[in-house]
Amino acid sequence: MNSKLSNKLATGVFWLIGFVILGILAWFLWRILSVGVPHLSWDFITGQPEDMMAGGGVGPQFFNSFYILFLSLLIAIPLGVGAGIWLSEYAKPNKFTEIVRISTEMLASVPSIVFGLFGMLVFVTTFKLGFSIIGGALTLALLNLPVLVRVTEESLRAVPPSYREASLALGSTKWQTIRKVLVPAALPGLITGVTLTAGRALGESAILIFTAGTTVSRFAPTPDLTASGETLAVHLWYVRSEALIEDAQQVAEGTAALLVIVVLLLNLLIALPSRYLQRKKAGK
Amino acid sequence: MDMPKAKESNVGWNKRQRTADRGMYWLFVGSATFVSLIIFSIIVFVGSQGLKTFGDADVGFFEFFFSLDWNPEKGEYGALVFILGSFITTGLALLLAVPLAVGGAVFMAKIAPPWMREIMRPATDLFVGIPSVVYGLVGLTVFVPLIGQIFDTPGFGVLPAAMILAVMILPTILTVSEDAIRTLPGSLEEASYALGATRWQTIRRVLLPAATPGIMTGIILGMGRAIGEAMAVQMVIGGGTILPQGLADVTSVLTTHIVTLLPNAPFGQTTSNALFLMALVLLLVTLSLIMIIRIVARRRAH
Amino acid sequence: MKTLKDKIRCSNLNLFYGDNQALYDINLTMPAGSITAFIGPSGCGKSTLLRTLNRMNDLIPNVKITGDVVVDNENIYGGDTDVVALRKRVGMVFQRPNPFPMSIYDNIAYGPRIHGIKKKRELDEIVEKSLTQAALWDEVKDRLNKSALGLSGGQQQRLCIARLLAVDPDVLLMDEPTSALDPISTLKVEELTQELKNKYTIIIVTHNMQQAARISDTTAFFLNGVMVEHGETDKLFTNPTDQRTEDYITGRFG
Repeated sequence: MNSKLSNKLATGVFWLIGFVILGILAWFLWRILSVGVPHLSWDFITGQPEDMMAGGGVGPQFFNSFYILFLSLLIAIPLGVGAGIWLSEYAKPNKFTEIVRISTEMLASVPSIVFGLFGMLVFVTTFKLGFSIIGGALTLALLNLPVLVRVTEESLRAVPPSYREASLALGSTKWQTIRKVLVPAALPGLITGVTLTAGRALGESAILIFTAGTTVSRFAPTPDLTASGETLAVHLWYVRSEALIEDAQQVAEGTAALLVIVVLLLNLLIALPSRYLQRKKAGK
Repeated sequence: MDMPKAKESNVGWNKRQRTADRGMYWLFVGSATFVSLIIFSIIVFVGSQGLKTFGDADVGFFEFFFSLDWNPEKGEYGALVFILGSFITTGLALLLAVPLAVGGAVFMAKIAPPWMREIMRPATDLFVGIPSVVYGLVGLTVFVPLIGQIFDTPGFGVLPAAMILAVMILPTILTVSEDAIRTLPGSLEEASYALGATRWQTIRRVLLPAATPGIMTGIILGMGRAIGEAMAVQMVIGGGTILPQGLADVTSVLTTHIVTLLPNAPFGQTTSNALFLMALVLLLVTLSLIMIIRIVARRRAH
Repeated sequence: MKTLKDKIRCSNLNLFYGDNQALYDINLTMPAGSITAFIGPSGCGKSTLLRTLNRMNDLIPNVKITGDVVVDNENIYGGDTDVVALRKRVGMVFQRPNPFPMSIYDNIAYGPRIHGIKKKRELDEIVEKSLTQAALWDEVKDRLNKSALGLSGGQQQRLCIARLLAVDPDVLLMDEPTSALDPISTLKVEELTQELKNKYTIIIVTHNMQQAARISDTTAFFLNGVMVEHGETDKLFTNPTDQRTEDYITGRFG
C-alpha cells in the first residue's frame, strides 16, 4: 500500500535528520576542542598577551571576562529580580503592567550590537569614560536584565499558591512572605536562570567591543573600573581580525576551546546546585 | 502556662515590618519602571544619533534606503546593499535550518526512543550557549576553505555566513517547535490512528498543521537571531560593499558593516551617524518580529 | 432466537500493563449486526478490553497480551495482521469528542483521504452520506467549511461518529460516547446508535446501566478484569445468574 511505503520512507528520513543534527553538533564540539585544547597550557591561560610576537597568553582577558560578568550580574540581579517579583506578586492586569511586559520582551530581542552602540553612546561618549570595564559591565547588565525578569517571574509563579496563603494566614506581610517563603522556594529556578544568563554573557563580544574595548591595561589584571577591559570572546575576534601576531590562529583556537570548556562547566553547574536544592526542599 | 507578654516591642516590630513592606513595594515598582524605560532610551539614543545622518545635507531618506552605492569618500551613503544582504543571508540561513529543525523536532517529539531524546535535549540546549565568535572561528577555519575549494575563490561570502547562521539558529527553532508538537493534546493522535492512519499520515495531516503557530514562533525567533548576529557573520562574510552576484561573493550585512567600520569612524561625522542609523533599522526590524510573534501567539490561543 | 454470525470472538484473552494484570481469561463472542454493551464499575477493564479489539493498546508502552482476538475468522494478534486495515474495519468513538482542528468537511474527508480517495466528487458523496447517517447533515450542510470546533459537544460527537462511518467500517467500538454529553445530545446519540445497528456491529462501553438496558441486545458485566457474566440484555438485567451481577445492577456497589 502506498501509505505504508511513504510511512517507512518518512521514518527513515526522520531518523536520518536526527543523526545529522547530532552529527553536526558533535562534530562542532570535537573540532573546537581537538584543535584548541593542545594550546591550553598554564602559561597560556594565565600569561600576558603579546602585541607583536608569538607566545602571548590570555590571562588578563580571562580575568576580565569573569570580572565584567560579575559586575554586570551585581547590577542586573537586583533590578531584574525586583522587576520580576513585582510582575509576579504585585502587578495588576492593567495598561502599566502590559507596558512593562512588552518592554521587557522587546528588550530581550535587541541585537547585542545595538546594545553595544547604545553603551558606546552613553558610557564611552556621553559620560566620557572611554573604553572601560564599568562601561562594559553596565551595558552587559542590560543584556542580562530581560532574562532575569522573565526567569524570576516564572519561578515565582511556579510556587504553589498554598505557600502564599499559609504565610499570609499566619499574619506576615507581603515582603516577609516573599523574602522568607517564596524566593527560597523559587531558588532552583532562579539559579538556573542566572547560570544561563552567565553563560550567555561570558560569550558576548559585540557589546563589549564598543564599551570595554579591545585592549587590556598595562597593569592588567586589575580591578580598576575605568581600565579598558578586553575579554576572552573579544580577544578571539580581535586576534583573528586585526592582530599582527604570528600565532594568531593558535591563540584564537586556544581561546575558543577555553571559552567552550567554561560554558560546558557552567552548564554542568546548572544541574548540580539546582538538584541539590530540590532535594533539600523535598526533605531528603 | 503564661505566654511571654511583649506587647510593647511587638507593636514596634509590626510597625517596622509594615514600613519595610511599603518600602520594598516601591523598590519593586521602581525596578519594573526602570526596566521598561530602558528599551525606550535605547530607541531614542540610537535613533537620534542615527537620524543626524539626514541632518547632513548630502544624505536624504531615499538615498539611504534605496541607493546601492556606499562610498563615503564620495559622499554616497546608500545602505540598500547591507539591508538586502541582511535579508538574503537570513533567508538563506532559514532555508538551510528550518527543514532540519522542524524535522528534528518531529523526530524528537514523536519518533526518537527515550535514550536518544535524553541525549539530544541537553545537546541542543548546550549549543545555544556557545559564543558566536566560536561559531565564527569554526566557520573561518572550516567552511571558508571548503567553499574556497569548491568555488575556486578565497571562500568568504554569503554561503559560509548562511551556513554558520543556520547552525546557530537550528537549536532555537528546534526547541520551540518540539515544544509545540509535544504539547498537542493526545486525543488528536488517537483519533487519527483510530481511523486507520499511519504515523507519517498522522504527523503530516494532523500534528504539523495543528502545531503550526508554535513552529512559526520558533522560525521567527530564529529569524530575529540571524538578522541580529554580528560577530560570527563578520568573520566569514568578507566585507564587500556591492551586491553579491553569487553565493561565494563577498558582501556585508547591516551588523557586520557596523562592526567593521564603527571602530574607525570618527564619532559625530556622517559615516558614524549612518552606522547608527543602520543600527536603528536593525532594532526596528527585530522589534517588529516580536510584535508578529505576539500576534501569532494570540491566534493560537483561539 | 435468531442465530447471528459471530463477528468478533475473544478466546483466553489476558492483558498485562507491565507486571499488573488487567484482563483475566476473557472468553466472549459478539454477534454481527447487534449491539453489545460492556458494563461494570470504574477500573473493571471494560475500556481496556474494548481497545484490544482494534489494537489501540499498541500505542501504550509495556502492554502484553496473550490469547486470541478473532475478527471475521482472522486472529488480529496473529503476527501478520495489517493494523492499518484492521482499524479501518473496526472503528472507534472516544469518550471526549475529538474532532480535528479543521473544517467539518475535512474532518469527515480525513479517513477516505488517508485511504487513497482523492476525487472531490467521491469525497463530497461520502461526506454527505456519512453526515446523513449520523443525523447531522441537516444541521451542518450549510457550513461544511467552518471549523468543527465551533460545534456543540453533542454535535461534535455525532461528527466523530460520521467521521468514523466515512471509512466504511464493519464494527463500531464506542467508549462511553455519551458520558461527556448533556441529556438531549445523549438521547440523540443513543437513537443514532440503534439506527446504525442494522448495518454495523456495535460494541459500547458504558458506566450508565440504564443506557445499556435501553439500547443493547447483549450485555457483558466485568469486575476487576474478569468477565463475570454475559447474555441477552433483558435476561441479564431482570434475572442475573451471578450474585455479583445482581449486586451491581441493584446499586449495591459501583
